[in-house]
Amino acid sequence: MSAVTLTNIEKKFGSFTAVEPMSLDIPEGAFVTLLGPSGCGKTTTLRMIAGLLDPTGGEITIKGRRVNDLPIHKRNLGIVFQNYALFPHKTIADNVGFGLRYRDVSKDDAARRVREALELVQLPDVGDRYPAALSGGQQQRIALARAIVIEPDVLLLDEPLSALDANLRENMRVELKKIQHRIGVTSIFVTHDQAEALAMSDRIVVMSDGRVEQVGPPEEVYNAPASEFVANFLGASNILHGQCRARENGTVAIEAPVFGTVPVPAEKAPNVPGPGPAKLVLRAEKLELVAQGGAEDGRIANDAVVETVDYQGQAVRYFVRAGDTQLQAINMIDTHPFAEGDRVTVQFRPRDCAALPGT
Amino acid sequence: MGWQAIRFWTILVYLFMFLPIAVVVLLAFNANQFGAFPMTGLSLRWFEELFQNEAILRALRTSLALGALTAVISTTLGVLASLALVRYNIPLRNTISTILIAPILVPEVVLAVALLLFLQFLGIHKSFTLLLFGHVIFTLPFVILVVQARLVGIRRDVEEAAMSLGASPRQAFFTITLPLLTPAVAAGALFAFTISFDDITGTLFWKPGGVETVPTQIFAMLRNSISPEINALGTLMILITAGLPLLGLAISRKLALRRDNGT
Repeated sequence: MSAVTLTNIEKKFGSFTAVEPMSLDIPEGAFVTLLGPSGCGKTTTLRMIAGLLDPTGGEITIKGRRVNDLPIHKRNLGIVFQNYALFPHKTIADNVGFGLRYRDVSKDDAARRVREALELVQLPDVGDRYPAALSGGQQQRIALARAIVIEPDVLLLDEPLSALDANLRENMRVELKKIQHRIGVTSIFVTHDQAEALAMSDRIVVMSDGRVEQVGPPEEVYNAPASEFVANFLGASNILHGQCRARENGTVAIEAPVFGTVPVPAEKAPNVPGPGPAKLVLRAEKLELVAQGGAEDGRIANDAVVETVDYQGQAVRYFVRAGDTQLQAINMIDTHPFAEGDRVTVQFRPRDCAALPGT
Repeated sequence: MGWQAIRFWTILVYLFMFLPIAVVVLLAFNANQFGAFPMTGLSLRWFEELFQNEAILRALRTSLALGALTAVISTTLGVLASLALVRYNIPLRNTISTILIAPILVPEVVLAVALLLFLQFLGIHKSFTLLLFGHVIFTLPFVILVVQARLVGIRRDVEEAAMSLGASPRQAFFTITLPLLTPAVAAGALFAFTISFDDITGTLFWKPGGVETVPTQIFAMLRNSISPEINALGTLMILITAGLPLLGLAISRKLALRRDNGT
């Protein structure tokens, strides 16, 4: 059974449409991420599921029950907020146990469940303290414990990691996923961070301007983007406007500027039906710089000049010019990056490309 | 040199402000039967006489009751109004807010006369209830200003978190919002009480015959003679109107300190 089903839900604020009619089916136990830039409607969608906003149209069901008219406090949801939203005047134990007060749980049972939840988030000894005594990361763990101790039908996470600093964020990401996996709660996660989305999700819903751009597992969304927006939002991509010449034998032949005809695997060009305008999507990570003339077998290559070098430690981002076209490449490097002005060869494997219908 | 001068002036200003008050307090303990210098000895006789003066005791009871009722009503209305203005997207929010704050800007005597004339126009007689309404109008803006400022600082997502965990909006208000709002509610109530307790302008216009509050009682007594009892009464009033807020402040500091240290 689906844990959450959205059927054509939509949200308008006056004449402004925050979320265009969208439908989504979230299976029990799944970890689904709503990914998109700020203002894309992902938080609005989450708040509609939570019951903090009323949809202007459509239907939301949780575990088969229509919840449109059910107020938030009767929906049995766990919500983790961006700024933790712990109750500052209550101890950690009272914070975590708050939801149990409104459920039929005996005092002893509640105390035991609070203890277990605190152990689950690896903070067993802070029950007597107040939130202000904890660090941001610890506060977010407590917020998570508070949300899961009530055994919610769905766990909603509204950018829960974005207030933490970078290192902590990555650790929390792993831990959050681990905890979710262990308790198996259906989770809907909102983020604008593509790395978080790729690392944590079973399924990613990419949103832009209130529209769903693509829904799919992380690998699919990353490798076979359904739109230019998705291609650019998840990592950096070079989009080359060209023509589809043919679709046959499992490949789609795209004639693109700079590189000539590129045979793209058909499954990575699901929306290119046949001859006509098309766009070649070439991920920056898949475009490799080698010494001039050093192209390897099976690669498509062309000469280019390095224009900008953005050194990032283990990786480097190059902007190169091949003919009239500027291309972006992100390469892992061994010792020294190429320098600005170097003449190089850029190469890639056709199977690393994707194609989109052109305009 | 400059700092010396500033220090000197500061001391003078403080003396100017507080010396008269100190004199009143000092003379309240003077054994002399005239409320003036020289001091002839320390004594509590004026306080004793004060507590045997039926008129003063009655005035004190009236003032305390009036202040307490004003505080309760003003605080309740102020909290509700602040909630509406801050938490809900009501139409004409800014206009309503300005109108609610306006009594601070209008000179008290104008407001006093206006309310009196209005009630005469309606054919309503002066009464204790009317006096209470007047005080509520005066004190409400202070409560709203204090409570609103605090409410803005309480994040909406704490309330949302409480509701997501199963608290109804009402339960969320009483378990989360109100406790977090307590310092402001207490401050607002103290404001309302002290403003009501020593108000004289409006009270003179609105009080029904035979009802005296402490300030109007003092005013009436001063017209006859300067009795040393007035010094004792003044001392008592200072104790109430200054002591109460200080006590409240100390308590709320202590509570906040415990929470912010997190232990």
